[in-house]
Amino acid sequence: MNDTTTINKEQAARREAGALLPPVDVIEDAAGITLYADLPGVSKENLHLHIEADTLNIEAELDLKLPEGMESTHAEVSQPRYRRSFTLSRELDADKVSAEFEQGVLRLRIPKAEHALPRKIAIAVT
Amino acid sequence: MLYRTPFPRDFLSELERLQSEMRQNFDLSPSIRGFARGGFPALNVGSTPQSVEIYAFAPGIDPASIDVQLEKGVLTLAGERKSILPPPDAKATAHIDERFSGRFRRVVSLPDDIDANAVTAKYRDGVLHISIQRQAATLPRRINIQ
Repeated sequence: MNDTTTINKEQAARREAGALLPPVDVIEDAAGITLYADLPGVSKENLHLHIEADTLNIEAELDLKLPEGMESTHAEVSQPRYRRSFTLSRELDADKVSAEFEQGVLRLRIPKAEHALPRKIAIAVT
Repeated sequence: MLYRTPFPRDFLSELERLQSEMRQNFDLSPSIRGFARGGFPALNVGSTPQSVEIYAFAPGIDPASIDVQLEKGVLTLAGERKSILPPPDAKATAHIDERFSGRFRRVVSLPDDIDANAVTAKYRDGVLHISIQRQAATLPRRINIQ
């Protein structure tokens, strides 16, 4: 009981703390959707992807390994974490998501469900 | 700023103007090069007694293609990031297009006491980290009293 409340508190604290909104590109083709997100400074271990019901959550923590005693004089990246979520639509197959993460760029591929793939509809002329 | 109307029609652009005005007021030591925010790559600059540290957030770029030059106390980063958007004739639609693509160039003016020969640059997880040592002569030294 106690354990779960501390975990919930931690989660709540993390949610309340500010986060950066990573820029994304979303491209749709006939077979699915590809999402690219810029997450510089994040290592693979600190990237968390969750799909809950129809919501895709991207959360990541920055780890720059700053030298000891460094004083920041100018900061455009001012938060230590990224967060962004998207609502998926029903025709996407959330079970078949694949992800690649390289040089700070996340590439997420969400295929369309079998039944939602495009079909050519024949027009009957009478 | 001179052409402000008492009843702005475009509320959003007015908000944007307010935001940038506030940002300017908070910038305590504006540089002549402006340090334009929102440029690519985003920059963080920090300093230690021994060095000046610059972090450029440039994800998805081949580190070999980034041109880093240090000349007369001015550091220039230049390069190009290719667009991944589908060509117009492809059967694909871009729903969101926020990531930077194209050529970039950013300039940072550095303090006077840096040693232009002691520079290291590392690229990791999409961040280019440039570390420039300060000249040994200008390091704070303790003076012994005889």
